[in-house]
Amino acid sequence: MSKPLTIAMPKGRIYKEAAALMEKAGYELGADLDDSRKLILEFPDQNIRVMMAKPMDVVTYVEYGAADIGIAGKDVLLEQDRDVYEVLDLKISPCYVAVAGLPDQPLSRIAPKIATKYPKVASDYFREQGEQIEIIPLNGSIELAPLIGLADRIVDIVSTGRTLKENGLVEYEKIADITSRLIVNPVSYRLKSTEIEQMVTNLSEVMEGIRT
Amino acid sequence: MVKRLMFEKPLGMRDTLPFFYKQKSKARRNLSETILSYGYSFMDTPIMEYHDTVGQVSATLDQQLFKLLDQQGHTLVLRPDLTAPIARVAASQLKNSEFPLRLAYDGPVFRAQQAEGGKPAQFEQVGTELIGDHSSYGDAEVIALLVESLKQTGLDDFVITVGHIGYVKAFFNDLLGDDQETIDELLNYLYRKNYVGYKEAVKSLDAPADKKQSLLQLLTLKGGEEIFEYSRSLARNQSCMQAVNELKQLHRLLEQYGVQQYIQFDLNLISHMDYYTGVLFEGYAPHLGAMLCNGGRYDTLLPSFQLNASATGFAIHLERLVEALNDQEDEDERMAVIVDDETHSLGIEEAKKYRQEGYAVLLQHVDQIPDIQAFQQELSQTVDLTKKGGKSE
Repeated sequence: MSKPLTIAMPKGRIYKEAAALMEKAGYELGADLDDSRKLILEFPDQNIRVMMAKPMDVVTYVEYGAADIGIAGKDVLLEQDRDVYEVLDLKISPCYVAVAGLPDQPLSRIAPKIATKYPKVASDYFREQGEQIEIIPLNGSIELAPLIGLADRIVDIVSTGRTLKENGLVEYEKIADITSRLIVNPVSYRLKSTEIEQMVTNLSEVMEGIRT
Repeated sequence: MVKRLMFEKPLGMRDTLPFFYKQKSKARRNLSETILSYGYSFMDTPIMEYHDTVGQVSATLDQQLFKLLDQQGHTLVLRPDLTAPIARVAASQLKNSEFPLRLAYDGPVFRAQQAEGGKPAQFEQVGTELIGDHSSYGDAEVIALLVESLKQTGLDDFVITVGHIGYVKAFFNDLLGDDQETIDELLNYLYRKNYVGYKEAVKSLDAPADKKQSLLQLLTLKGGEEIFEYSRSLARNQSCMQAVNELKQLHRLLEQYGVQQYIQFDLNLISHMDYYTGVLFEGYAPHLGAMLCNGGRYDTLLPSFQLNASATGFAIHLERLVEALNDQEDEDERMAVIVDDETHSLGIEEAKKYRQEGYAVLLQHVDQIPDIQAFQQELSQTVDLTKKGGKSE
């Protein structure tokens, strides 16, 4: 039997949705595995190995070939700009990246400060607008930054808009729509093309509602 | 500024330690033996070139070039590849030679790295250029030679993916006419292997459904020779037909070379935005996260040096090849002759004798060895000529 196909799955929020999708496509990966503490899970009967990674790290594992395939958010792909093949939009965990801030506050004229978890996405966006800005990288609770005067605007993921609303922030512009994508390592794409093609076909059939 | 530690190196620069040097030499030797046996001649060019000559026309992105200034203030670059410098030589000093030229090279190239220490900024490329042969026979020769060279190093599990940029461009022209903006957008998605972006862009086009369907079908044009027939049904203009015929011819020639089992075709393969002009290819091997080798036909490079000629070639990333070979064997084949004050001159004679037999022999005075047992373990054999050790092996 050939070497197992290694899939890097994101831990946490996206995992259950992704596992459910994989199950519909004919790959039994167990939706409750997220609760387990194990990092590598073998499914010898399907010739698959699953590794549980932090969503931000999935792309790295796939780029370096530690995993053949991965499921990663478009936000991470935009931010990290890594050398992977983006083959399928899985349309799960939809959200978008947006610019937000306190209501009725015009951007400061001299280098406004932008707090974000996505420094590259934010600076690319404002550069395209011709704005000069200063990026303040944060790791979480980005909404805090405009409230305490650390930044003029934030660039962050919005899914329902509830967090923004509860903190009295408003959305100014939408930057990009985000969903989870199936990504493939360039070498695996060529060397394990049969298995990968099969998986892509199965998953696209699920996406198009042919398979349920 | 942070004070650097004395042993630090610039971003992306690596030392080659003895065991890796040995493996590299072995792989390099195997490659060059095969390349020489196909009648290619090795040559070399300077490490530095002018930015506005070789720097401008090379396939490497400008931000990846190492730039420096010479005494007169001209911008120089560290060569990012050898294809452009060799084109410069072919178009000047070698322009009166008999064409086609079969040239080969082996040397370091430089690509500046912006992020992370992970990727090398200097690596060695072994490659060939076949200049002045615009036929499929030339394409086939280069691909067959690439396969043979890789096999000669002991690598057997690899795939060469072959595409044709002329096909992709003619295909888009057939379906999208002269809407260059859309064509560039789609080409860019294919180049970045962002198939999701490609599909979305196609779906949002203002075009008839059957055209959109054909554009989406382009993504499925990969595999063996069976795709050629199918590709004919998608786009029918003459340039497309010509490109497909070239690929069919290439496939037939590669069969004659007996290397077809290493070849896959992929008609949406784009290795570079605007460098290659015809058949192009990329090679992949297991244990590597990235491409092992690549190449293709480039017809606009030589004209930029005022030589009207078509050329094709390949380049192998030598360090990655060694990594793919995964050769764990690291045996020290050297032997040692250990001497003391009295036996030194005898030791010289002994060492000479063994060297003539083909051994790598080191002559070592016993007083300078901190741990004689560890020293002996390192080497394949030792001859101890000291009084204490007596003669032993």
